[in-house]
Amino acid sequence: MATKSLKARQKDLAKTNKQLEILNGGIFAEGELPYFKDKLANIGNFPLRPKKMEILQINVGYMCNQVCEHCHVDAGPDRKEIMTRETMEQCLDVIRNTGAHTLDLTGGAPEMNPNFRWFVEEAAKAGIQDFIVRSNLTIIRANKKYYDLPKFFKKHNVHVVSSMPHYTRGKTDKQRGDGVFDKSIRALQELNAVGYGMPGQDLRLDLVYNPSGAYLPGDQAALEKDFKKALDEDFGIQFHNLFAITNLPISRFLDYLIASENYEDYMYALVEAYNSEAVENVMCTNTISVSWDGWLYDCDFNQMLGLKVASKIKHIKDYNEDILNDRNIIISQHCYGCTAGAGSSCQGTVI
Amino acid sequence: MANTYYDAADLRKFGKITEWSEELGNKFFEYYGKVFEEGALSAREKSLIALAVAHVVKCPYCIDAYTKDGLQRGITKEEMMEAVHAGAAIESGATLVHGVQMMNKYNKLSM
Ligand code: SF4
Ligand code: SF4
Repeated sequence: MATKSLKARQKDLAKTNKQLEILNGGIFAEGELPYFKDKLANIGNFPLRPKKMEILQINVGYMCNQVCEHCHVDAGPDRKEIMTRETMEQCLDVIRNTGAHTLDLTGGAPEMNPNFRWFVEEAAKAGIQDFIVRSNLTIIRANKKYYDLPKFFKKHNVHVVSSMPHYTRGKTDKQRGDGVFDKSIRALQELNAVGYGMPGQDLRLDLVYNPSGAYLPGDQAALEKDFKKALDEDFGIQFHNLFAITNLPISRFLDYLIASENYEDYMYALVEAYNSEAVENVMCTNTISVSWDGWLYDCDFNQMLGLKVASKIKHIKDYNEDILNDRNIIISQHCYGCTAGAGSSCQGTVI
Repeated sequence: MANTYYDAADLRKFGKITEWSEELGNKFFEYYGKVFEEGALSAREKSLIALAVAHVVKCPYCIDAYTKDGLQRGITKEEMMEAVHAGAAIESGATLVHGVQMMNKYNKLSM
């Protein structure tokens, strides 16, 4: 497993234009598979337009304690892109006035941003209905200074969403690195200990599952059942929901698909699993994604592909929800990842 | 024309068999889909049975398909290998039980 980001390894695919070339070329340009926009046009949904803005997703930086092989952010310890306090102030202005019911902090490992705690404290005061922090779990055990995170989350009534590739050690460590499973289990137990994830309780703890390889996630409900049973029986761990998320063919996952000669099969599988019903609720129709340097995107994936919103409002400092909502969403073939099967979003399936 | 009998990319074209016999093709795929739905057996159990049978009938397409299907369902490699052994045991048992026929014939022919 690599210990550095594609960017630090100076790989070609660290460049967004290279990724887009692949996504727009090859089997799509040759007409073997249809472009995503043609699929949308067939159901009268092109250009794709936002509905009501409900989720503000803020990426506070690409630095991470892990270097997962499938990471669509190309995150890692070597990434220096970190949101400044000044940009956070601009975000707070928006958080205090937005019509969104959900605030979703992500990264990298958001906790590694030096202003993370201050930002959470301030954002929590805005009283947004659902305040999510995406935590990779191992960060809680990475260093003493993070040990109290479960209590900190609890204090601010944060909804914790954590990634857990499998309920067995082998599969987890293969995707995310040696020792990740044991640390994640310990972190989950500590979250449980302060009251997170308990049945019928308000402190929400959800898990994110995404496949460790070139295949699509199976049925979310069946996976949730298996995870609940195994984690409870083996470790006494409780959690609320499991979100099954499809890996999108960008960044490190795209690099993996190509290196393992799975790219074409994977794209075939995504296109074959295309479900027009999922289009209605793809994430970009109710989300705005903010990057560490304050630019606005239709979603976290478009952010990683460098595709800024097609609106005259492009930066958080100029934020205006009404103008932003009147835009066309930028799409490419990676979008097939959001419409496969029961669909996929940061909240799991969409139908 | 590929100069091998099996081409992994042919699996994607499986659905095309309908083109040359629409009614039978559609009926087959409808039946096939129904068989693997959740029923008295879980879809997960059926996936493992399919994987075992895929090995016994030695169909490389089915092996690819049900390995992937198992991964999607979160089935572990240990479970998959045990399923293959279950298939192999039945297959070798089926060979060996014919040993009784051989013994019968031997005894019948011998003085
Ligand atoms: S997938 Fe998450 S935990 Fe893994 S490297 Fe990327 S940001 Fe970090
Ligand atoms: S990748 Fe982004 S833009 Fe494309 S469908 Fe998914 S959420 Fe929408």
